[in-house]
Amino acid sequence: MEFALTKEQEMVRKTAREFAEKEIAPIAADIDERAEFPAETVRKLGALGFMGMTVPKEWGGSGMDDISYAIAVEEVSRVCASHGVTMSVCNSLVCWPLMKFGTDAQKEKYLKPVASGKVLGCFGLTEPNAGTDAGSQATVARKEGDKYIINGSKVFITNASKSDVTILFAMTDKSKGTKGISTFVVDSNTPGYSIGSIEKKMGIRASIQTELVFQDMEVPAENLLGKEGQGFKIAMATLDGGRIGIAAQALGIAQAAYEESVKYAKQREQFGKPISSFQAIQWFISDMATEIDAARLLVYKAAFDKWKGRPYTTSAAMAKYFASDVAMKATRNAIQVHGGYGFTKDYAVERFYRDAKITEIYEGTTEVQKMVIAGDLLK
Amino acid sequence: MNIIVCVKQVPDTTDVKIDPKTGTLIREGVPSIVNPDDKHALEEALRMKEKFGGKVTVLSMGPPQAEDALRECSAMGADDMVLLCDRAFAGADTWATSYTLGEAAKKIGYDLIICGREAIDGDTAQIGPQMAEHLHLPQITYVKNVETDGNKIVCERALEDGYEKIEASLPALITVIADLNKPRYPSVRGIVEAYREKKVTVWNAKDICADGTCIGMEGSPTSVKRSFAPEPKGKGEVLKGSVKEMSKQLVVKLKDKNVLR
Repeated sequence: MEFALTKEQEMVRKTAREFAEKEIAPIAADIDERAEFPAETVRKLGALGFMGMTVPKEWGGSGMDDISYAIAVEEVSRVCASHGVTMSVCNSLVCWPLMKFGTDAQKEKYLKPVASGKVLGCFGLTEPNAGTDAGSQATVARKEGDKYIINGSKVFITNASKSDVTILFAMTDKSKGTKGISTFVVDSNTPGYSIGSIEKKMGIRASIQTELVFQDMEVPAENLLGKEGQGFKIAMATLDGGRIGIAAQALGIAQAAYEESVKYAKQREQFGKPISSFQAIQWFISDMATEIDAARLLVYKAAFDKWKGRPYTTSAAMAKYFASDVAMKATRNAIQVHGGYGFTKDYAVERFYRDAKITEIYEGTTEVQKMVIAGDLLK
Repeated sequence: MNIIVCVKQVPDTTDVKIDPKTGTLIREGVPSIVNPDDKHALEEALRMKEKFGGKVTVLSMGPPQAEDALRECSAMGADDMVLLCDRAFAGADTWATSYTLGEAAKKIGYDLIICGREAIDGDTAQIGPQMAEHLHLPQITYVKNVETDGNKIVCERALEDGYEKIEASLPALITVIADLNKPRYPSVRGIVEAYREKKVTVWNAKDICADGTCIGMEGSPTSVKRSFAPEPKGKGEVLKGSVKEMSKQLVVKLKDKNVLR
């Protein structure tokens, strides 16, 4: 068993960290405060190949391994979780299903521009009444000749208003339940496609989530991704990989909280000594470090499973469940270490705490991850 | 336009620690990086290549692990990597090192050689100028701006109180400072190519037909007598009181230390 990263993976970490610290860190607090989408740094990340890392070169990506991808999301999220989710969505939720289920023509037209960082993509699954119950799709695609007419709406769609490509789920045959759901790849400039309201959020404020509304939107039949009725399967398989990205995001947030806590504990003096000399603080630090290390092993293990072509549904669910829990604990305790200062916006741990919460919710809540794990163990 | 960029792998710290017993650098636990000035040299070379075509070769002399520095340069966009690695090169001072790099440069072929101003672990700023002397090339040091049409270069050479504008015909050698440009980041695809697809060419003394008396310890006219970390400065003392009182205290202290008599 080998726990060391390859030199290539080390270089990815170094590069992602350097980019995050030099380009993103100076703006992270400000874009959070103003809930501003960081178009310029996102564009730069794309140009460097961070939006389609594991996509093969012939389709505009880099052919990188999944551990490197997890490392990149971790490093970027360590500085700004909003950039982290923007990346995770493009890599896991847009490039991956196009790579896995797309025809060559679809890959040429939609995968290449996203993987090479020229445009962003989004993943339209969630609806007002189809959250954890993603199978209850109210968006309907009716086939008419060589096209589908799509009506309905989506909510909480990350990157939506900034995307050129949408992976969209809709019901093609309601009588078949989840087996009546199909997937489409849709141009955002299709007539009938519109952006609804922008969500105002507690955390990941510099990422953008909006409603999508479709009114008699005509989508050519050639834009069906996979086969009719395969949509639910595609959604679930895609989210398996997405969970590795979100787990890596949670890991990065936790790591940042830990590092800020160590730094602060050494500087801050009370009773004439640095607070790091008190056992109460030491226990926070040792708990954080231990749990983060355990989370990292789970995240990299899930990424490794995916890269090696092994089943990874359960390892990805475990990684997300655990890493998001660790992110919550680490950020909560980081504020405790900082005391009153940690409750103010003068210290980054306040942002980390708000950013961590979503990792327990999106791409499958913690409870869903447990259902997935138990489902696998007890089958 | 074929450009050689000389790079050095250095410890990632300007606070280098020296083993007091052996007088050598303590490298354990210190991550290695591409010398910062050399990245500016590479960036300029890549920009010239993008404009005029040709090839950028990164050249380094060092132990086998210096390969990592070359691969990072390759991930940024360098085409070829050459590492000069031979026990016979060990113990070289700047004169022997610049001779060795120069011999390799002859073998590679070039229109322009770009070096960083200096390495953060040695701070000599001698390699570039000495290489130019070995190779009988025009040299421009401390370059903060460069323009070229492919036949000649016009550089702004930074001075303490301004800059000189100097023109030189190619081939030439320049050493560059950080003001010149902002080095790019390696791309993900560049990293994949650097590690999976590209090979580092490793040359020993024989490969570059080096004169054995000009390389390594033997070819070095200087030798290091002793290396030491500077003694840490004592804690400063802040005088308190009115200006008059503080002045009085200061005079007493300076007299104590025999600065004033």
